[in-house]
Order: sequence, then structure tokens, then C-alpha cells
Amino acid sequence: MKYMLLIYGDEEKMRAIPKEDASKMLPAYFAYTEALKKAGILLSSDRLQFTSNATTIRIRDGKTNVVNGPYAEAKEQLAGYYLIDVPDMDSALSWASRCPGASSGTVEVRPVWVMQ
Amino acid sequence: MTTRQGEQPGHVAAEAIARRSYGKLVAFLAARTRDVAAAEDALSDAFAAALAEWPAHGTPRRPEAWLLAVARRKAIDAARRRHTCDAAATDLRLMAEEIEGRMTNASEIPDERLSLMFACAHPAIDASIRAPLILQTILGFDAATIASAFLVAPATMSQRLVRAKQKIAIAGIPFRTPERADLPERLDAVLEAIYATFTEGWSDPVGTEAKRRNLAEEGIWLGRLVASLLPDEPEALGLLALMLYAEARRAARRDAQGDYVPLEEQDTAVWDAALITEAETLLRAASMKGALGRYQLEAAIQSAHVVRRLAGRSDWDAITQLYDALFALTRSPVVAVNRAIAIAETRGPAAGLAELDALHAHRQLAAYQPYWAARAGLLARSGAAAEADRAYELAIGLESDPAVRGFLERRREAIWAR
Repeated sequence: MKYMLLIYGDEEKMRAIPKEDASKMLPAYFAYTEALKKAGILLSSDRLQFTSNATTIRIRDGKTNVVNGPYAEAKEQLAGYYLIDVPDMDSALSWASRCPGASSGTVEVRPVWVMQ
Repeated sequence: MTTRQGEQPGHVAAEAIARRSYGKLVAFLAARTRDVAAAEDALSDAFAAALAEWPAHGTPRRPEAWLLAVARRKAIDAARRRHTCDAAATDLRLMAEEIEGRMTNASEIPDERLSLMFACAHPAIDASIRAPLILQTILGFDAATIASAFLVAPATMSQRLVRAKQKIAIAGIPFRTPERADLPERLDAVLEAIYATFTEGWSDPVGTEAKRRNLAEEGIWLGRLVASLLPDEPEALGLLALMLYAEARRAARRDAQGDYVPLEEQDTAVWDAALITEAETLLRAASMKGALGRYQLEAAIQSAHVVRRLAGRSDWDAITQLYDALFALTRSPVVAVNRAIAIAETRGPAAGLAELDALHAHRQLAAYQPYWAARAGLLARSGAAAEADRAYELAIGLESDPAVRGFLERRREAIWAR
């Protein structure tokens, strides 16, 4: 089954970390990504730019409304994702628990809606 | 699928047997398709047919084979009516044939109810719906019965059950006993759901509400099932022991007039000696396994209370120590209240009151009847009559059971008679 691991974190905290410390987090993510690849379960993954670079669009009653910023203001923001293919929820949870984002922020595990 | 009051004993017996077989078949089918709802649908008609036929014609020699044959017939009919090649229906039909094939070879179908229980009590399933889900899938209770036992609106309960079953299918929640490393935590969720079933039934003390009293029995039955399937798990044995100790005292909780009788004043002759003996044996077996846990500690506290049967007095030193251990494990303010009561028995009411005072920061205790009743009792014993009176008033205002309210009212009046 396909699951998306959505990594949420506090962007303000991320921005406050000095550059040399922030780069120390990267090897943990590289190692995790490598482990997913080695296990043959990684379909895709990306890190997302900060939500200050996001733009939101809504069309209501034919009127287009474009707004600067993310969909919802929250304490933690979507920062990246891993799309994986594993046998069941327990396996997805066990991989999610190893994600560095689970220790620094929150990882949401969402099953992918399979179109028939 | 509901037990109604006043039904024939033959019907009740048939229902009990059908329920046991039903859960086994749901577990077997659901474990293969992950579709609990489809498994239930396939079997529910068969279940209803069993309740209609068995009381009149006797229980078949192989209740599972009987239910399965009917379920299969109904599934085929349903598929024909829909004129579709529904994948789930096909799966179920093929599996039904597979099981039937096995049964004619005189072998039993494997008991996978434990796997189903682990799926129902999975951390991905909301904690409050786990017990209802187990009652529905393992025992075949309908949503309305479960709703009334858990004091939830039937439509709400029904929707939450449907959503939980959908989540099991969509989120790919596995049907299996978890790995060794995860087992204690995951088993705890199953045990918690079973205990919730039992305590829902326990809260109807006089047993006037058949549905609720029944739930306590079902909780014990589920506890026995888990203990028999995981005989090496001390907490599974501990929970069963705990429920049996409580059940043993059911009849003693009310006197002949229907008035509430607190544990310390219960007539020990009314306690069920056989159940207590069984509980003691289970608790001993659990303690030999060398892994202490919440349920074993709570059962041990019950055991220290029932020594009054022989010694004439509860073992309050042991009870205090056990509550110390239980509090260290759970950090629960409810446990702390009971610990304070035990301390008052060993070191006097002032020491007990000091412990209760220390709990002041826990806001949820402000609406917890036993906290105020304990406080009132200890204040009365210390001679602080006016304060005791106010505490009893609060306790009475928080209690929903009229019998317990009556007991607290009598205690309150007794303050001024001292």
C-alpha cells in the first residue's frame, strides 16, 4: 500500500537555527532517504520551501482570489514528504518513526487514495 | 442481534453460541480481506437466521459450518441481485468455500479473533471507539445496543463504528499479533478496551439494565479469551483476575433493601468464593512471570481487600504499598485518591487528608465524586464537621447513582449525630 509521510515542523524555529547547525540535520535526512531507497520502498520525496514562499488561490463564484501565504496559519507547517510503498500501516508507522522529522516536528501518515 | 428482556432461555443460549461462532468467522474473513464491514454483512443474515431457527430446532452440531453455509448462500444471492462482479463478494464466497472445505475435513477453522482485536485496538484507531468496535466485530452486538451501554446517541455510535471499519480497510491496519517489541504497549490497548467493556457493565450495580449487566459478562468473556490465547502475558492474566475479583463482589454491593454497601462493610459471606479462588490462581500465575503491570497491581489490591474474608480486616499495609507502586506507574490522580484512603487506614485521617490536599492541583478531581467522598469521610473522622458536611454535599451533587447518593446522604447526616 502507498502511504505519504507528511513532515510538519515549526518554520520559525527552523529559521532561528544558525546555518552551520541547520546543515547538521541534513546528514540524518540523507541517511533516512538512503535507508528507504535500500529497502526498495521509496517512490518519491521532496523538501518544500518555507510557507512565506507559498501563494494560495481560490475560485469562488467565478472570481479568482490569489493570496500571498499558506492555506492555513498554524504553529507547524508542511515542510516535506516521503511517498512510500509498504505492506501495511504498522510498517508505515515504523518507517515514519525513523524519520528525523518525527523527532524535531510531527510526521502525519496518510494512506494514498487509490483510483480504480 | 439484541438480547431483549423476557426472551426464552432457549433463545438466550442459541444467541450465546451464535455469538461465539460469529466472531470467529468475522475474524477469519476480515483477516483475509481487511474488510470488516463486508465480513459482517455476509454473516449478519446468517446470525439472524440462527436466532430464528436454533431455539426451535436445537443448536447444530457444527454451529460455525451452519452459519457459514447460510452466509455463503446469502452472499451469492446478494451478488446476483446486484448483477455485479463485486470483488469483495467474490473474495468472501471463495473463502467461505475454503473454510467449508476445511470443516468437512473435520479440522477447526483457525481462531483469529486475537488478530481482529489487535486491529480494532490499533493506535491508529481512536481510543474511545476501540471497545465498541471489539464488541461489534467479535461479539456481533449492534450499534444501538453498544450506544446505549456507552451512553452515546445510536446514530453517532453507528457512524463512528462505520468510520473506524473504513479506516481499518483504507489505512491498511494489519490483522496480526504485533512483534515482541511492540506487544506490551499494543496488548495494553486491547486490555484497556476489554476493561472499558467490563466497567461499563459494572456501573449498573443492581443489574436492572440487562444490557449493561451483560456487558460485564462479555468483558469477562473477552478477558478469558485473551488470557487463553496469550497465556504467557502476565497483564492479560492480571486483567482477568481483576475483573473476577470485582465480579465476585457484585451481589454484596447492595443490601436486602437495595441500599449501597461500601467494600469495607460488605458481607463477605455473599462474595463468590469460586470466583475469588480463580482470581487468586490467575494472579499467582501472573506474578510468577516477573513482569509487573497496572492490572496485576490492581488485582493485587483487590486480593488484599478480600483477605478480610479470612483475617477479618483488609491488609491496609499491603494496599498502601500496592497503591504506591500503582501511582509510580500510572501517575493517575484517581489512584492517588485511593492511595490517600489507604494511608488514612494505616497512619490516621490527618495523614490521609494531607495526601488529598497535595492533589489540589489536579483540576479534574474537582468533579470526581470519590475524591470529595474520601475527603468528607476523613474530615468527619478528624472532627471537622462543617468542612465534612460541605464535602459530602459536593460528593452527593456529583453522583448519578441514587443508591450511592442515598449512602452519602446517610453519612452526611451521621456527622452531626456523632
